[in-house]
Amino acid sequence: MASSHGTPPVFNNKVIAWIDHRLPVFSYLEKEYHTFPTPRNFNYFWNFGAIATVMLVLMIATGVVLATNYTPHVLMAFDSVERIDRDVPQGWLIRDLHMNGASFFFIAVYIHIFRGMYYGSYKAPRELLWILGVIIFLLMMATAFMGYVLPWGQMSFWGATVITNLFSAIPVVGESITTWLWGGFAIDNPTLNRFYALHYLLPFIIVAVVALHVIALHVHGSNNPLGIDPRGPQDTVPFHPYYTMKDGFGVVVFLIIYAGVTFFAPDYMGHPDNYIPANPLVTPEHIVPEWYFLPFYAILRAIPDKLGGVLAMFGAIGVLFVLPWLDTSRVRSATFRPIYKWFMLVLVIDVIVLGFCGANPPAGFWIPLSQLATVYYFFHFLILLPILGKIERPLPLPPSIADAVLKKKAA
Amino acid sequence: MVATGALGAIGVAATAWPFINQLTPAADTLALSAIDVNVQPIAVGQAITVKWRGKPVFIRHRTPEDIKAAEAVPMSELPDPQSDNARVTDTAKKVRPEWLIMIGICTHLGCVPLGNKPGQDKGPYDGWYCPCHGSAYDTSGRIRKGPAPKNLEIPDYLFTSDSLVRIG
Repeated sequence: MASSHGTPPVFNNKVIAWIDHRLPVFSYLEKEYHTFPTPRNFNYFWNFGAIATVMLVLMIATGVVLATNYTPHVLMAFDSVERIDRDVPQGWLIRDLHMNGASFFFIAVYIHIFRGMYYGSYKAPRELLWILGVIIFLLMMATAFMGYVLPWGQMSFWGATVITNLFSAIPVVGESITTWLWGGFAIDNPTLNRFYALHYLLPFIIVAVVALHVIALHVHGSNNPLGIDPRGPQDTVPFHPYYTMKDGFGVVVFLIIYAGVTFFAPDYMGHPDNYIPANPLVTPEHIVPEWYFLPFYAILRAIPDKLGGVLAMFGAIGVLFVLPWLDTSRVRSATFRPIYKWFMLVLVIDVIVLGFCGANPPAGFWIPLSQLATVYYFFHFLILLPILGKIERPLPLPPSIADAVLKKKAA
Repeated sequence: MVATGALGAIGVAATAWPFINQLTPAADTLALSAIDVNVQPIAVGQAITVKWRGKPVFIRHRTPEDIKAAEAVPMSELPDPQSDNARVTDTAKKVRPEWLIMIGICTHLGCVPLGNKPGQDKGPYDGWYCPCHGSAYDTSGRIRKGPAPKNLEIPDYLFTSDSLVRIG
């Protein structure tokens, strides 16, 4: 059954051969996940696509179970979640896995995005692959946001209020759009119902976009830490067993950390206010979104103008869509970009600073700090990247992946 | 071809419309549109919060100092210029400066500002202060500082007697 890439596989098992002749799923798996030629020099950053996929499947599995125990009604939602925690056999585990799974899904995706940026994976011919990834990221944010509303605690309610009010910043039609989103004059039962329906729907749309992401990936294959294209069989290894094993190892390590947090600190990343039932008449002292939204929340608050803040926040993600064209450097990997390498590090620090700004009340030095960090964020993408590609002198690229790998081994 | 295409587009739009329109507030939601509040028990300087259309409504019985402070503010200092008088007029055009009735929702992103209960932070303008993103309102509920673009909204209300007000 082994075959080299390009020639159709021959299946010795008659049943498999019969099915494959009619529905070529086995040929597909063989071609895309077995013999698929993959650069031989991946580091562990290349694990996070597989890890994110595993998290997506885990979120859907736990989510379906939770849905069978959840009641999407303002009078019953909070209690039904408490019931899952207290009364449903192992319900607490499923819920904690789902709750922390969201955080760990974002951890995996943020590292995955960083990998793409550091090694220039978004550059030609992988622009659409990158854009599909940004769409997945947006869908994940929408799904996570609506999921956080479902327990109907104070943070659920007020987080939803703040985020849906973002749309009221749109001139003229903003107020009507907000009323339309709510299905009323405030966040209430109609809102909870539709958020529940959409929270169940969106993950499957994410699965579909992930499929497109993978299809686009398999056209030109993965980028690699050197950012140069494989030039022949000496530069690649078959996906299986090399990367199924390496991804498998990464997944197991990641799941150990995830399980550790779920078992020993399940509410570490949550907020105690969300264990108070939603009260439309009292706003919590300090509204914070989940940690994975904090940098964007800080950008929203940094601008002392409602519409401006909203535009900046959406712009912070919007700018990622055009990243392949903002970066004018022809060299992909930061390994060979002596200046970009450091600015990439500064961007990571900047986003972390924004995260802290978003977590703290909008007062004192947090305001100018978040403004500075916001300006830097946009400076990086809109000014630095286009200019840097022109003035930076990249280091010489190795002649081939095999050459670089073998030299490194010899040294 | 063009006619067929146009007809097809109209058909698609007509079919899509119910799917979009069903998201707007339903009849039962709209039915909860007016409430009557007895304001007699509210002492001078006191404020209450009532719920109307799922939102908090602030009713503040203002002190003469509150009113004087609100009236003394020059229009040029206001991001959303509006006279104090215009904010205490009911739908019958009767001005009652002692009663300030507003929707208690910050015009920035919809939090409920503090300052309606005794002991709460009223902010630098002695009116209301939104803890979410730091907007400060004055004794007339007008925005003075922070990211909120507008003054606190005044709902339609009518004093049906000196002690009874209908909101909505």
